[in-house]
Order: sequence, then structure tokens, then C-alpha cells
Amino acid sequence: MTQIRIENATKMYGDFAAVRDVSVDIPDGSFVCLLGPSGCGKTTLLRLVAGLEDLSEGALIVGGEDYGDIPAHKREFGMVFQSLALFPHLTVAENIAYPLKVRGAPAAERRARARELLDLVKLPGVEDRYIHQLSGGQRQRVAIARGLAIDPKVFLLDEPLSALDANLREHMQIELRQLQKDLGVTTIVVTHDQREAMSMADIVILMKEGEVQQVGTPMEIYRNPANPFVANFIGVSNLIAGRLVDDRTFDAEGTEIRLAPEDILHVAAPARATLSLRPEDVVVHADAERGQFRGKVVFLRDLGASVEILLRVGEMEITSVCAPQSRPDVSVGDDVGVEFLTGRATVLAL
Amino acid sequence: MSGVADRLRDNGVAVYPTAMLLVFFLIPFLIMFAVSFFSRDEGAFFTPAFDLANYARFLSPFFFKVLVTSLGLSAAAAVISVGVAVPFTYFVTRMGAGAQSVILVFLLSVLSLSEVIIGFAWSTLLSQTAGIGNLLAALGILESSRSFTPSLGALLLGLCYLGFPYAVLVIYPALSRLDPELPEAARMLGASPIRSFFNIVVPMLRNTITGALILVFVFTLGAYLLPQVLGRPQHWTLSVHITDQAIFQSNLPFAAAMAIFLMLVSLAMVGLSSLLGQKRM
Repeated sequence: MTQIRIENATKMYGDFAAVRDVSVDIPDGSFVCLLGPSGCGKTTLLRLVAGLEDLSEGALIVGGEDYGDIPAHKREFGMVFQSLALFPHLTVAENIAYPLKVRGAPAAERRARARELLDLVKLPGVEDRYIHQLSGGQRQRVAIARGLAIDPKVFLLDEPLSALDANLREHMQIELRQLQKDLGVTTIVVTHDQREAMSMADIVILMKEGEVQQVGTPMEIYRNPANPFVANFIGVSNLIAGRLVDDRTFDAEGTEIRLAPEDILHVAAPARATLSLRPEDVVVHADAERGQFRGKVVFLRDLGASVEILLRVGEMEITSVCAPQSRPDVSVGDDVGVEFLTGRATVLAL
Repeated sequence: MSGVADRLRDNGVAVYPTAMLLVFFLIPFLIMFAVSFFSRDEGAFFTPAFDLANYARFLSPFFFKVLVTSLGLSAAAAVISVGVAVPFTYFVTRMGAGAQSVILVFLLSVLSLSEVIIGFAWSTLLSQTAGIGNLLAALGILESSRSFTPSLGALLLGLCYLGFPYAVLVIYPALSRLDPELPEAARMLGASPIRSFFNIVVPMLRNTITGALILVFVFTLGAYLLPQVLGRPQHWTLSVHITDQAIFQSNLPFAAAMAIFLMLVSLAMVGLSSLLGQKRM
């Protein structure tokens, strides 16, 4: 059982807190994404778990055992680095079997294990090549195979797919996810790409400036962001500044928005607040009489897979996204009816 | 037509260094090469001849021993300097930028010291009256102060002091370019810090280390003052004997012959070691 528990973890560099008071529980066998903009401390947190950095404060409990004082090379974790950090002076098989060599496994066993792992990552037959003879995607697979060579208790990956082109990255996301599911190894991946986190993770830990903003499943975070930063970082959101008058009324600088009982309130009325509404929850009607509001089309772009409409409703700028087949017959400058789907909004603290 | 002019202009840049190399390196070398075959005039200088006696004289047990001493001392100094410089530089590259530049500036300033200053500074430091012997005696490690020079150890120390900054300066760029994630990856895979240093860092620096070894070896081979200041007569290297013959015995042909021989031997050693260094990768 490799459940990971991070308790009040803090990492200071001088006066600067790269990670500040982070507490997270990671269940056994789950796939966790550490997500956030660059400089948010996600890589530092991963390195703390790996043992490559020492905690300034707090504790790291892995499988019920305190790991704070166990050095990196005794943790039995696997790790894939951002630069992959494959050894250029060793062959692919030697790279993958390096952890077994360190542990004194005989040569035949090492070679057999390297072959087995190359099959696992779908890259058979390259045992005797050197790293510089492989393509970017192949190197990626070798790095993953090496990280898994000792059946690690925990598998850590630092922006593992960032060097790959978009198509290959999406493909590898799926493969990595399937591999993790098959092996059942507790996995933590650092990424700055919210799509990547959404498509792979069981649990997303969203960070900003060293602090955890929200922990939850991708859908929880998407549907119920804890604050405006989360709402905007995960997908796109219309963030409407205003005032929560009572539990059913939000006053957006003169435009009154009726809230439904299903809308989630993070603040108690009355208070200044931000209303978060996903663009796909804003419906545009060509008939200006339909919907709760009247608005004007400011800008419209057809992205093929979706249509984006920028609207002005009162003092608010609202973005609406719809599928091309449900595109309303409108163009820039038209007066339109705007409908906010009920029960989909979140009212957040400022 | 204009092609010739263009080419002249393009290659013009190279004319100056080529001329300088010819005038100040190749011609003196050829003169020395010629002199090594001349015969010596007692009381005068030398007369042009084709005389292999200088080389023949060199092939004696005495000079063979001197040659072995020279090569052995330089090889030892190279191995020790580079052996210390590799881990030293590794730690330096892991320091902050400010600390790194302080250390590098200090090392560069050591390069500005001449062999004379280094030799006499160490001979004072290792002497009985003013040296570290007093310190060791005061700390109770020695019963009473003693002199550590002249000795083989003192000479080696001086040669290493001479060669160490060069070794660091050769190794530093390669080590600071080394991806710090590589030794970290080795640690995550179960290698202790020391093991990851020897398994990953050292093999990746193979060519650089060979280069540093060659540089320190050749450089200390030319040291002719340190053996006289810090060593005993049996530690006198070929360079000392060349100086002795050329300046004090006025036997330029023999000195030239020894210099040519030393050069050939060191060239052979450098060729051999770079061949060994490139065998893999």
C-alpha cells in the first residue's frame, strides 16, 4: 500500500517559500496531476516527494512510514525527469537496467528485465542502441521504462511530455494513463497543461505561488472551482464581478442575475463576489426576446470544432461557446437573446 | 580574376597568425633541431656538423633514469591534480553563481604566479623555521617542527599546485554544462551520491578528463625550477638537465638533443592517451 500523505509541507529558499504549508492525501494507486503555472512550486513539491529536496517543515508519510529522513536513493521511487536525464554513455538496455545493476542483479536478469520493460512501453528491439540514436518519442518511452524498472512504490514524472509535439503528446497521455492503470502504481505527474491534467488524472492538485488552490477530480474542479484563479486556469470561464445580494440574486453592476438552487455559493450573502460561468453554459438565441438577457454580438469566430461568440450584456463581456451544429444565425453587431443555463454557475470570493 | 582577389582577402586574416607561427615557433624549432646535430666546441659555442653523438650520449642509464623520473613525476602530478580537480570542480559547479566566480577568480590569480614564486613560497611554507611544521608542532601532531623540503613529496605538491588550476579550468566548462538532472536520475534509480558521481559524471567527462590529464602532464614536464627548489638532485627532471646543459655547461647541441627527445616522448604519450581516451563513445 503506497498511500502518500503530505502534511504541512513547506520548502523555503531563504525568505522565499517555494512550497507553503501543503497538505494532501494521495490514495494508493491513484494518478495525481500537480498542475499550475510556471513557478507555482509544483516541481519543488514533486522533488520534495522524490527526496531530491529536503522539507523545511512538515512531513511526508508514504505507506504509513515517515519518509522525511530517507535519502532519495533509498526511497525505491521511479522518476522521469523533464530533460529525461537518460545516460548518453550507456545503451538503452543499460539505461533501463541501471537500477538493477546498482542493486547487484546479474547481467542476464538485467537484460531480460530491460527487454520486458521495452515490450511494456511498446518499443521492442532497441536494446543495444545509444540514446542519441532514438527519436524524441522513443526516448520518452525509454525514460518511462527506466523509471518503472524496479517496480517503484511511487512513480514521479516531471513535465514528462512537454518535449513532444502535440499529436504525440496526446497519444502518450493515453498510453501513460493505461500503463499506470495496468500497473496500479501510485503516480504523480507535474504539468502546466490543464488539458493534460484533465485527460489523465484521477486527482488534480492545482497550485499557485507555492500554495494549493484546490484538490479534486478534474470534473469537480471544472464544475466547482474554489476561486477565480482556479476557474480561469481550468478551462475558460466568464468571471463576472458584482455583489451577491441574497442567495438567489447576483447583482452584476446593474444587471441582476437570478441564481438557481443548484448554483454553488462559496460566499455568504450579502458580499462582493465573482460569478463564474463556463462559456458552454451561455446560450445565444438569434431571437432577442428569448433568454434572460439582451446582448450584442461583439465578435464571432468559427474554430471548426466550436464557435466562439463574444457578447456585451449590460456592462459585462461574456464569452459563449457552442458546437457548430447548434450555432445561432447571428453576426457581429446583432442584438441577441442571451440565456445563462441555470444551476451551472459558481459564486466565488473575490 | 576577382576570384583571386577575393580569396586573398578572405584568407588574408589567416596570413598574420601563420607568419607569426612560422617566425616565432617553426623557425626556432628548426634551428634547435639542426643544433641538436651540431658538435660542441670546448670553450666556444658549436660548429655545424651532422653528429649523432649528442643523441648517443643521451642513451645512457643515467639519462634513462632521468627520463623515467621526469615522466613519472609529471604523470603523478597530472593524476593527482585531475583527481582532486574533478570532485572539486563538481562541488564548485553546484554552488551559487557568486561563490563560483570568487573561486574561479582566485584560481586564475594563482595562474599569474610564476614557477619561481610558487617554488620559493612552498619551500618557505615547508621549511623548519617558518613553515607548517611549527603549526603541526603547536597542535601537538609533531613533537617538534621539522622541514618537509627538499623531498619528493614537496616537489609533487609544488607540481600539483602548478597544474591544479589548469585542470579545474579545463574541467569546469564541461561540468557546468552537465545536466544536473543526470546525477539526480542516478540517485532516484538507487545509486548513492558517490556511486552516481563515478557511474555517471566521470564517464560522461571521459574526454575532458583525458584532455586535462594531457595538459597538466605536458605543462609540468616543462617545469625546471620546482625540482631544483623543492626536490633533491635525484628528482631533477630532464628539463632541469636541459637548462643545466644549455646555460651552465654551454652545451647547446646536447641540450637541444635532449629537448627534441623529451618532445618526442611527450608527443608519443599524449598521442597514446588521447587514443585511449577516444576508444569508446
